[in-house]
Amino acid sequence: MRLITHNMLSCNIKGVTNGYPLGIEASRLETKESELNPEFLRKIFPKLEWKALRDAAHSLGLNDLPEHVEPSMLEDADFLKNFHHALLEVHLEEGALICPETGRRFPVTKGVPNMLLNEDEV
Amino acid sequence: MSLRPERQAPPEFFYNETEARKYTTSSRIIDIQAKLTERALELLALPDDGVPRLLLDLGCGSGLSGETLSEHGHQWIGLDISQSMLDIALEREAEGDLLLSDIGQGLGLRPGTMDGAISISAVQWLCNADKSCNHPRTRLKQFFGSLYKCLARGARAVLQIYPENAPQLEMISAAALRCGFSGGLVVDYPHSTRAKKYFLCLMCGPPSTSTSLPKAKGLDRGSESEGSSDPDEEAGTVDILERKRPSKKQKDKKGKGRSWVLKKKEQRRHRGYTNVPQDTKYTGRKRKSQF
Repeated sequence: MRLITHNMLSCNIKGVTNGYPLGIEASRLETKESELNPEFLRKIFPKLEWKALRDAAHSLGLNDLPEHVEPSMLEDADFLKNFHHALLEVHLEEGALICPETGRRFPVTKGVPNMLLNEDEV
Repeated sequence: MSLRPERQAPPEFFYNETEARKYTTSSRIIDIQAKLTERALELLALPDDGVPRLLLDLGCGSGLSGETLSEHGHQWIGLDISQSMLDIALEREAEGDLLLSDIGQGLGLRPGTMDGAISISAVQWLCNADKSCNHPRTRLKQFFGSLYKCLARGARAVLQIYPENAPQLEMISAAALRCGFSGGLVVDYPHSTRAKKYFLCLMCGPPSTSTSLPKAKGLDRGSESEGSSDPDEEAGTVDILERKRPSKKQKDKKGKGRSWVLKKKEQRRHRGYTNVPQDTKYTGRKRKSQF
């Protein structure tokens, strides 16, 4: 699972109001290279929660995302490279996602988070 | 005709390791899924600017549909309930991110994030009540409600389904409309039993002139249709579904009159009850109110 997906995921348990963003516990990461597409990055940027992305990147050990992003930075090749790497190239293979409100753990195996809810959580 | 998969077992059990592998290695199925995904992408009507979009693949299974999405250059997030199917998707190195989840529980995605959603041959599974806690209508509501929320403004959802019968199709469509979607059903090759395909095309927000439903296939493409080449194939049908449909039943809610009582008694006699009283002039007569 890449950080682009993590940025969109929210805890779906019934009654939870503050289920975003999910905390990350990473036991194993993998980096898979992919083609950088600046247009895509510029298009997706407004949809992202930057702070959540930055915090998630931190928990995976990636510290080169700036705190604030000016629109001009989206033209800067270096920034785009780091952005692309954090968003699309780092894969969480083993670990867990944690709901910030209830602490419920969603285990991640082989890169696939198990988001199935129990009967009492729906 | 063999039993529908939806009638045999819940999807996470039907698509076990063996079935999942059988499904994914069948060249016929691969071909069909690819075609359906291409058609769904066509119906999704994404802007033709070459910019990749972030799409949802609901019921992505072993990634057959996702492969087509990747070929078009899009980023996608796939959801499926069967671990075995997802394992095969991983084996085939699906490029999208995969989530093991039950779409009937809701999608769990932030509002307004997705540029579009497709689903190939999956949503009809929601109509089964596989567990005693499952109620199909509630699950459909959770699904469509959360889908509506997570789509960006102006985004579409194209769901290819295999409804078992007309009431099931109606149940699915009605649930979608109740959650705020507008749109309708596109039926490709409506006159061929084998080739007939239902696409539920949903748009966020009220209908406008720019969001008219696309034309269905099966017009004069006699050579392209699967099965027998029928020279009489007519245009596909496109039904626009509106939120307010005229109610077909105009029930007389002012109490149940004599005719209703007589009908009910006749029904019981027909079913074999012998203790049904005779019909007399007193049957179903209006009684003096006691209060």
